[in-house]
Amino acid sequence: MLEYDVVIVGGGLTGLRAAVGLCEHYSVGLISKVHPIRSHSIAAQGGINASLANNPDSKDDNPEKHTFDTIKGSDYLADQDAAELMCKEAPGVVFEMEHWGCPFSRFPDGTIAQRPFGGAGYPRTCYSADLTGHVLLNTLYEQAVGCGVRIFYEYVALALAVDEGVCHGIVVLDQTNGKLIPIRAKATLFATGGYGRVYFHSTNALINTGSGIGIAYAAGIAMKDMEFVQFHPTSLLGTNILITEGARGEGGYLFNNKGERFMERYAPKAMELAPRDIVARSIKTEMEEGRGFEHEFGTYIQLDLRHLGEQKIAERLPGIRRFCIDFINVDPVYEPIPIMPCQHYSMGGIDVNMRCESAVKGFYAAGECSCVSVHGANRLGGNSLLETIVFGKLASRSIREYLEASEIRPDEKPLMRTEAQVEQKIRRLTFDGNEKPFQVLDELRKAMDDDVGIFRTPGELTRALAKIVEVRERYRRVRVSSPALHMNYELIAAMELEQMIDVAHAITHGALLREESRGSHFRRDFKDRNDAAWLKHTLATKGPDNEPVISYKDVVITRYQPMARTY
Amino acid sequence: MNGGEIYTFKILRYDAQCPDKGPYFDYYKIRVITGLTVLTVLLRIRDELDGTLAFRSSCRSATCGSCAMVINGLPNLACRTQVGSFEDKTIILEPLPNMEVIKDLVVDMTPFWNMYEKVEPFLIRKSPNPEKEIFQSEQDRKKMDQFVNCILCACCYGACPVLARDPGYAGPAALAKLERFALDSRDERPAASLEKVNDEKGVWGCDTLFRCIDACPKEVRPTDGIVGLRKSLVKNKFKRR
Repeated sequence: MLEYDVVIVGGGLTGLRAAVGLCEHYSVGLISKVHPIRSHSIAAQGGINASLANNPDSKDDNPEKHTFDTIKGSDYLADQDAAELMCKEAPGVVFEMEHWGCPFSRFPDGTIAQRPFGGAGYPRTCYSADLTGHVLLNTLYEQAVGCGVRIFYEYVALALAVDEGVCHGIVVLDQTNGKLIPIRAKATLFATGGYGRVYFHSTNALINTGSGIGIAYAAGIAMKDMEFVQFHPTSLLGTNILITEGARGEGGYLFNNKGERFMERYAPKAMELAPRDIVARSIKTEMEEGRGFEHEFGTYIQLDLRHLGEQKIAERLPGIRRFCIDFINVDPVYEPIPIMPCQHYSMGGIDVNMRCESAVKGFYAAGECSCVSVHGANRLGGNSLLETIVFGKLASRSIREYLEASEIRPDEKPLMRTEAQVEQKIRRLTFDGNEKPFQVLDELRKAMDDDVGIFRTPGELTRALAKIVEVRERYRRVRVSSPALHMNYELIAAMELEQMIDVAHAITHGALLREESRGSHFRRDFKDRNDAAWLKHTLATKGPDNEPVISYKDVVITRYQPMARTY
Repeated sequence: MNGGEIYTFKILRYDAQCPDKGPYFDYYKIRVITGLTVLTVLLRIRDELDGTLAFRSSCRSATCGSCAMVINGLPNLACRTQVGSFEDKTIILEPLPNMEVIKDLVVDMTPFWNMYEKVEPFLIRKSPNPEKEIFQSEQDRKKMDQFVNCILCACCYGACPVLARDPGYAGPAALAKLERFALDSRDERPAASLEKVNDEKGVWGCDTLFRCIDACPKEVRPTDGIVGLRKSLVKNKFKRR
C-alpha cells in the first residue's frame, strides 16, 4: 500500500496544475495511465481565452464580457457564478503560464497574441500557432519536474474506495509490473479527461474513454449534464483529426457543393465563427439536404483557407497544414480541406461545485472529466484549455483548505475491500466468457454515432438505449486473451468498457428525457429551448440493475437572464 | 473489408517478464486499403487477432509521441506512417533501440526521461516577474520555434549512434530541450548551468551524423541545438577569461 496526502489521477493540464499547486506543502502522488506528456491536452490547437485586451480590436474587452459570451454560448445552462469565476481568473493563469515559460505567439509589441474564436465578442484567444495545448502541457510538465512531483506513469486507476460518504483513496494497476496497488490518501482528485471515445467518430485520443467518470459513478458519485456532447464542426475527413476553430478564426470559409458560404443562412452575423453547436448543425443540415461532397470516406464540406495565403498558413496554422498533407494528401495552401463534424468534447461529467468538491468528502474532480458547470450546453472554443488550468489551480486551493481545516485519517479497510472487488472483476474477465472486448465496444460506439448524434429523435434514442442494455448483457461474457496483469492493454480496455457503457447509458437516457433543444442537445421533435421546464442540470446516479436514476438541479443565475441566442 | 492488398506484418515479440521465451517474430496477414496507417493496423491486430500484443498509442495524429517504433528499419511514429508508402508487402515492426524492451513494441523510457530532467528543462528567471506578460519580440519567439515543436517521442534517441555505444550520453532530445531554453529571451539561467553538458556525455559526445534529424517526425533538427550549445559554451569560455 502506498500513502499520500493527495493522490491525483490524470497527468494532463488539470492534474499537473493541481500537483504544482500542492506539492510544496503536501505529499502528492500523480497517477497517469500514459506518460503525462502523452495526455490529450497536448492535442488542443487553437488557444486559451483570457480578456487580456492585447489585440487592437479588443481594447475594451474584460472578464465580464468574457463571462457573458461564455454564458450565452452555454445556452444559459452554465452556472453563472462559476463561469464568472473562471473568466475572472483567466488573465492571471495565462500570465502565470507565460511566466513559467509558455512560448505563446506574440504581437509586434511583444505581448501575447490573440485571435478571434467562435461565439466571442472580441479576439481573446491566446495562442501559440496551432499548438497551444502542446506548449501549455509542456510548460506545466516542466514545472512539475522542477518541483519534483512524484509521477506514476502507466499506472491505471481502477476503483475508488468510498465508505460512508468519505473517500479513502484508490486502487491502481501498475501496468509495467502487473501489480495492483491500493493508494491511501486524504484527498483524491480526478482529472481524467472526457468521454469522446464512447463515439466511433471522435477527434479525441484513444485514451479518452471517460473511465474516470465511470469509476466515480460506480462509487456513488453523480454524473451531470451527460447528454451535452460537443460535436466539432471541422474534423478531417477519414481520420477525424481535429482541424482547429483557429482556421476559421484566421479567416477560413466553409463551402458546400454549390460553392455557397452557407453559414450566411444560419448565422448571418457571426458566419463561420458562430459557436460550435450552431456550425456543426449547419454543416450536418447541408449534408442531409444533399449539398455535401461525396468521397469514399463519407460526405464532407470544404474548409477553404487558400485566400489566407501560404505565409499566414505557415505562420499561424503550420500543424494543420502538416496534418492535411500527411493524413489526406491535401495541401490547404492549394486545395480546400475536406471536413466533417464529429464528437469532440464532453460538457457533462462528474458532478462537482465551483470548488471542485463532490458529494463525497475528500473526492474532487476538475477539468473535462468534471461538470462544474462552466460550459453548460455548449462550450466555446478556447474555454476548455482555460477550464483545465483554472480549475486545476482552484482544486489545489480547495484541497489545501480541506487538509488544513481538519485532521483526516483515511482508513485501510475500505481500500482492501475495493482491492478485493477489483481482483474479482479481473478474475471474471480473464477466466470466463466468449466475447472479445472490441466487438462489444464497436457495437456501443456505433449505436452512439448512429442514434445519439447532432440531431436526436425519441425513436433513435430509444433504439440506442435498447442497444446499450444489450451491450451491457454481452459485457458479462467478455473475456480477454491473457490473464497477465502486466502490459495487458486488452485487459485495461475490457475494464474501461464497463465504465464506457455506464457513460453511454447516462448520455442517452438524459437525452431521451430532455424534451427541448439547448446548445449541443438538439431534438427534432422539440426544436426550441424551454426554460420554463428545462433550465436545469441533469443528474444521473447508478441505480439497482445499473440503470441510471435521473434527477435535476437548478442552474445558478446571477446577472444574466436567459435571452434568445442568435449570432 | 473489401479491396486493398494483403500485407504481412512481422512484429518483434518479447516479454521482459518471461525472458526465457526470448525475442521472436510473429506474423500477421492483414488486408490494407489506401490511407491505412501502421497504427490502425496494429490496433486491428490487437483487437481482432492477438489481444496480447503490446504497443503504446494515444492521439493517432502525430501529436502525443506515444507510438514511436522502428518501421522497416527506420524510427517513426506508427500513426503517421502509411502502410501503402512501402513497396514491399512485408512491414517489419521493432521496438526503438537504445532502451530496454518491457514488452513487444513498448520500451522502458526511464533513461530518456532521466536525461530530460537532467538539463533542467524549465524556464529559470532571476528578475521578478512583471504583473502581466514578460515581453518577447516575434523574432525572439521564432528563434526557439523548431525546438518548441519537439514532442519527446524519442525517435531521435532510438536513432542515435552515440547512445548505442554510450548509454550515459544525454541524447538529442534533452540537448535540444536545453537549447530551447537557452534561446528563450526570457530565460536567465546562469552561464555555468550549461557546464553540465560541457563534456563527452553532453554536447561534445555528438558525432554529427544527423541521424536524429532524419528520424524526427516533427522536422526538429536536434543537431542544430547541440551545435548552438557548443557555440554558447565556447563563447562563455572566452568571456570568463
